[in-house]
Amino acid sequence: MKIDRRCFLSLGVGAAAGVALSPLPWKLLDDSSIWSQNWPWTPVPKDGAASYVHSTCTLCPGGCGITVKKIGDRAVKIEGKAGHPVNNGGVCIMGLSGLQLLYGPTRVQSPLKRVGERGEGKWKEISWQEAIAEVAGTLQKIRAEGDAHTVAGIMESDRGTVPRLMQRLLTAYGSPNFFRMPSMQDSYEQALYLMQGVRAMPGFDVENADFILSFGSGLIEGWGAPVRMIQANSNWRSTGAHVVQVEPRLSNTAAKSDEWIPVKPGAEAALALGIAHVMIKENRCSGFADQAAFGFDDFVDDEGRTHKGFKQLVLESYSPETVAEVTGIDSRRIVDLARAFAAAKRPIALTGRGRGLTPGSVSDVMAIHALNALAGNINADGGIWAVPEPDYIEWPAPEMDRVAVDGIQKGRIDKAGGSEIPYTQYLLNRFALTAQGKGDYPIKALMVSEANPAYSLPDTRMFQKALDAIPFVVSFSSYMDETALQADLILPNHMYLERYEEVPAPAGYSKPLIGLTRPVIKPLYNTKHVGDTLIGIARQLGGNIAKAFPWTDYESCLRNTISGKWDSLMRKGFWWNAAYKPAPASNGFDTASGKFEFAVTIPRGTDKAGDALLPKYQPIIPEGDIAEFPLLLMPYETMCLSSGYTGSPPFMMKTVPDTVLKGNTGLVEISPETATSLNLDEGDPVMLTTPKGQANLRVHLSDGVPPGILAMPRGLGHRAYDDYMADKGVNINELMGPVEDPVSGLDAAWGIRANLTKA
Amino acid sequence: MSMTDEKAHETSTDAASQNGDLSGHGDIETPKDGPGGFIILFFIAGLVVSLVVGWGLFPKLLYSQKKQPIAFNHKLHMAEVEHGCESCHYFREDGSFSGIPTLEECMSCHENAIGESDAEGLFMAEYVYKGREVPWYVYARQPDCVFFSHAAHVSMGEMECETCHGDVGESEAPRVYEENRITGYSRDIWGKSIAGLKINSYDRMKMDDCAECHETMTGRRTSVQTQYDACFVCHK
Repeated sequence: MKIDRRCFLSLGVGAAAGVALSPLPWKLLDDSSIWSQNWPWTPVPKDGAASYVHSTCTLCPGGCGITVKKIGDRAVKIEGKAGHPVNNGGVCIMGLSGLQLLYGPTRVQSPLKRVGERGEGKWKEISWQEAIAEVAGTLQKIRAEGDAHTVAGIMESDRGTVPRLMQRLLTAYGSPNFFRMPSMQDSYEQALYLMQGVRAMPGFDVENADFILSFGSGLIEGWGAPVRMIQANSNWRSTGAHVVQVEPRLSNTAAKSDEWIPVKPGAEAALALGIAHVMIKENRCSGFADQAAFGFDDFVDDEGRTHKGFKQLVLESYSPETVAEVTGIDSRRIVDLARAFAAAKRPIALTGRGRGLTPGSVSDVMAIHALNALAGNINADGGIWAVPEPDYIEWPAPEMDRVAVDGIQKGRIDKAGGSEIPYTQYLLNRFALTAQGKGDYPIKALMVSEANPAYSLPDTRMFQKALDAIPFVVSFSSYMDETALQADLILPNHMYLERYEEVPAPAGYSKPLIGLTRPVIKPLYNTKHVGDTLIGIARQLGGNIAKAFPWTDYESCLRNTISGKWDSLMRKGFWWNAAYKPAPASNGFDTASGKFEFAVTIPRGTDKAGDALLPKYQPIIPEGDIAEFPLLLMPYETMCLSSGYTGSPPFMMKTVPDTVLKGNTGLVEISPETATSLNLDEGDPVMLTTPKGQANLRVHLSDGVPPGILAMPRGLGHRAYDDYMADKGVNINELMGPVEDPVSGLDAAWGIRANLTKA
Repeated sequence: MSMTDEKAHETSTDAASQNGDLSGHGDIETPKDGPGGFIILFFIAGLVVSLVVGWGLFPKLLYSQKKQPIAFNHKLHMAEVEHGCESCHYFREDGSFSGIPTLEECMSCHENAIGESDAEGLFMAEYVYKGREVPWYVYARQPDCVFFSHAAHVSMGEMECETCHGDVGESEAPRVYEENRITGYSRDIWGKSIAGLKINSYDRMKMDDCAECHETMTGRRTSVQTQYDACFVCHK
């Protein structure tokens, strides 16, 4: 007997048999599967007693009430607040994702001073004392040089205590250059002022409307208060309301509507006037136009000149046949649409393309608003209401010293509100040009809070150049966004889940309402409420400026200002005037004629006498030479992407389909017809060129896009923030520029000429 | 000679001897020069060693032994409280289950030391005075991929605590907590018996045990694949 190889094989076989008969392999298999399903590094929310904080979301102008669930000190979930007038328990994907902005790596964790080149991202942490002293010191120096007017401030909104503190600081300091980020609010507010004589916000009583005629508004894609609109849209299904979407592209809203009218791009107002033509010609208007309106019929002005009225203008120039040519919509369809609109009990016509992120042309808004007047739904149930501006801020006007008065008298750099453009308040689209030395004076310092103009404004390259030319840029951003990245100094604000702030007037909401944002958790980092920072800067500037800021801190300023409504805000999270109804049209209007004005005659508040301004179709010509750029690029908006001040957190990015973003490459939608003519196939890499820039993309073929049109979403292509939010797709603002509306100077661009070549 | 050649040589020798056997010259039955006995011996040795490793050593290696931070006496507490288990392991107002009491909850009685035991002294010194939560090891914690609701089982299903937790309320000192070195979870999930044997309902809490009871109690076998209750009842 000897031991050979077979013995050892046998040993192996025996061992294998033994192992198989023991629990070892089965247990290991089970354990490894448990391990691999529960990676120890996967974050798991803490377990424990839940508490809830009622607050208000500030991630878009919608002002939804939110309820944040907390376990211990950790916020674990954001839900819609049940019973809130705006969103009644609903929440959108952006609102849900707020915790990723709170805990994500994109936060600015302490005051930062730039040490490298601008945009390089090299910072030095400094103390709050140093940071405020540095801002105040620079502002003091600029003021001493007699250049107080060269300091500008940009914010997302101009309503509420914080924007008012910024405005107050600039005013007391001596600068007229406060800017609000552009949106459809600009053009709607102006149309309401011109036609109804009120400085008011448009309120859409969509819940009570039974025929919704939307001119390009993304009703379920973030227009107005997004959750409210989605809920209203669901209600329309049960109430049997009829939804008509007038829009060149088959958007989600168009797809979910009862009727999609694929109008030619930019020709929405022409269609509105065509509908008006049919209503007037067939005598289908309500009595409102005849009785409560001015300028419907021809009229004679104070100087004895005869002007053509709206009725005559529309009858002469906008017959269905003429309009059919401009809009590409069959004339019979226009007639049918007009009849259906007129026959409805409570029809409403509304606009603001997509989410209403660009103002659009005031003429367009007036033409569409005129339909509401013809239907008699101005300030009526289911119609458009003029909602008064919030009036709870009653601070005495700051005392102005000599320097401040001189500075304010230099006039705004964008000339908004000046003799040429008397009704427009802010023209941020002109800021880039003027800041580059093309204005009356250079901008020497810029403060940006709760806004990201370096990403959000059309023609980002131009804005970048403007920033380069400004010697001192201060950001108050909570996140390392594109604008903060270009700043010299960042004085980070608490993010919205860490601070008190009131949120007045949700976009498009029909009743006066103020929400309260309140701290859900203690601030995570060394940040400071921007209200406190502004008060701190004012204090250091001293003199009349310090006197204009008598509050010890922002919270006491907010409590004192809100005073009577504070209890309701603390208890319910919001204050509202539930019984609010606008004054009926029969009470008359605040216009020169005392009526609703189809024809705007003598502008009030200015010394400029002008020709009658009537709702007309004034085509806005997209930028670019048609020979060089035979196609048209148009932006669209989607609920999957944020297009406002903050970027889209990962929760949102995961919902973006791969027909919009594949890997990190963005896709541009084109019609199969266009694709064939360009010899392109689904997914082909392309180079998109516009007069403003170029981008590498892939094509996605879609029957929902008309031939010759390229469609791209807003909200992609961030270059700042963190690894999770940056470098995904292309920012359409790098490819598009603003086009000025001749009436208002506002950005009315709805697209830009473009060319597409195989890359 | 190269290695390859050596091997080739061996192979040919083997082949030759096999050929020889077949032709009747050799005797494979002869134990003298064959390894037959050793083969069996080696097989048994391998078998025995691996059985010992698999049944004996492996469980010892797989689980680390951990002592609870405080020698907690359930029996003593049960005698003091009015509402049994629910006195400390209660349901919150919103219906969720509180689980193991927090330090604050313990301190509602133990704000000052009660009695003079070592455990009490340690609890006071290390946790109450320092304001630290006691890092209890939880015997019954299910993996994170499982969504387990006490409310559904106790409040709605009216199950007794003992059905799953056994007589833990009677214990005078905590058992040693055995932590699986791979998964990090307690041994109680698989059960004390490494073979997976179970006598009492609380001996093992694997998915099959949940599923078995779910089927008896609810009668549902909604999952076509597993013939159990639907996956998403527990795996959200």
